[in-house]
Amino acid sequence: MATQYQDRKISAPAVYPENKPYWEAAAKGQLLVKKCKACGEYHHYPRSLCPYCFSDQTEWTVAKGTGTVYTYSVLRRGSPTPYAIAYVTLDEGPSMMTNIVDCDLDTIKVGQKVQVVFKPTGDGSGATPPMPMFKPV
Amino acid sequence: MTIKGKAYIAGAFEHPTRKADDKSVALLHAECAKGALEDAGLSIRDVDGYFCAGDAPGVMNTVGMVDYMGLNVRHIDSTDTGGSSYMVHVAHAAEAIAAGKCNVALITLAGRPRSEGHSGAAPRMFPPNIPEVPFEAPYGPNTVNMYAMAAMRHMALYGTTSEQLAWVKVAASHHAQYNEHAMLREVVTVEEVVGSPMIADPLHRMDCCVVSDGGGALIVVKPEIARSLKRPLVKVIGAGQAPRGQNGGKVDLTVTGAAWSGPRAFEEAGVKPSDIKYASIYDSFTITVLLQLEDLGFCKKGEGGKFVSDGNLISGIGKLPFNTDGGGLCNNHPSNRGGITKIIEAVRQLRGEAHPKVQVKNCDIALAQGTGGSLGTRHCSATLIMERE
Ligand SMILES: [Zn+2]
Repeated sequence: MATQYQDRKISAPAVYPENKPYWEAAAKGQLLVKKCKACGEYHHYPRSLCPYCFSDQTEWTVAKGTGTVYTYSVLRRGSPTPYAIAYVTLDEGPSMMTNIVDCDLDTIKVGQKVQVVFKPTGDGSGATPPMPMFKPV
Repeated sequence: MTIKGKAYIAGAFEHPTRKADDKSVALLHAECAKGALEDAGLSIRDVDGYFCAGDAPGVMNTVGMVDYMGLNVRHIDSTDTGGSSYMVHVAHAAEAIAAGKCNVALITLAGRPRSEGHSGAAPRMFPPNIPEVPFEAPYGPNTVNMYAMAAMRHMALYGTTSEQLAWVKVAASHHAQYNEHAMLREVVTVEEVVGSPMIADPLHRMDCCVVSDGGGALIVVKPEIARSLKRPLVKVIGAGQAPRGQNGGKVDLTVTGAAWSGPRAFEEAGVKPSDIKYASIYDSFTITVLLQLEDLGFCKKGEGGKFVSDGNLISGIGKLPFNTDGGGLCNNHPSNRGGITKIIEAVRQLRGEAHPKVQVKNCDIALAQGTGGSLGTRHCSATLIMERE
């Protein structure tokens, strides 16, 4: 048995001023991750003030785009198409909520290596930012 | 300063309905209030403090419910931590009573998600301006898959199995058979649980709690008033609260806030996990119970699967009788918030008023543990320890 990934309609993220660069980079196929210049820690989701030391000296950095599956779950009921929600631990350190895509969803494993891909949101026309998702390496 | 012994739970009432097509949410709240006041032997005019959470209708819902019920209060609190709000309310009521801000606190919960057709597999709707929503909502988080991710991680780290999780439901069903109001009264087996449809890997339908209408209410009073009433004395001796989130990306879904709320409550109460004769443990899902039992110190982290197996949570059979009303898994989860029913069953046990088939002998110390929100994103744990005097 296999549960092949299918595209589904993805709601567009609301873009707030604090995170505009994140979505602008996503539109260009880049995953950004925030780093704090004061304490050196990366964090996600991105904030202007570091959640570890509350410094305002945070900066956007370009993530490598690779990571490992921390955990996941394939939703099989209550949705027109099954989909895999997950946390992926980026090579930079933080774990981010995401979807695992472009694979047989029944083969996903905790600890699996994955890399980022961007999937369109909203009506699919590109008018709204794409979401970073991950596929097996 | 401590709340130990500063307040007593004098009244407790669980609405018997599980489907309230013909009642408004406000009326359910009021009926619960009336039931709890009658249980305590107090009148609505005695109430001088009122507590409710987000399940009460309206934006300024505390004010709205005070007006609806015709209350005349001098202390209000609308703390909302989801399903654990009511453990927090009891603690806040005890604090307010200790500080002289009120003498008779009324806490109500009610809702009708069953009649209104809310289910845990449906997408959650979010209002604007919540900072994390753009980074989460498009990925399709819902109630079930958020708890499922905690279960999946626990399985990967500790080898926990679906059969072990199923034992939590099996134990709850053993208790629910004696509760005439329980939504699901049929005793189920491990095989039936793991054979029920998969909702979100690794959680099956029977790993999930019921969706029910109804509600409950509590009356918390100062010691002098408790002693003047005819009901058995149930004293609040310890409480702890702990919100927990994604910690900036240092995510650990296998540890709940109970790892902090529990020790805070045990310290205040001056008791240990081994002193607890009965435990109400929030059971939105089977995994919720397992994680909280570990975090409260009933077993070591990672050993929850073994601890819950073989009927260890069944009253009269196991070491830790839990959720003897059938819990959220079988009895009731009004307004998709199970906190108040957890406290109510603990009060029944301490009074010796649980069903004779599930009543714990010499039940002198009980714990009620709540988890509100989502283990997969953000939640608030709250622990309450009570003693029969
Ligand atoms: Zn910092």
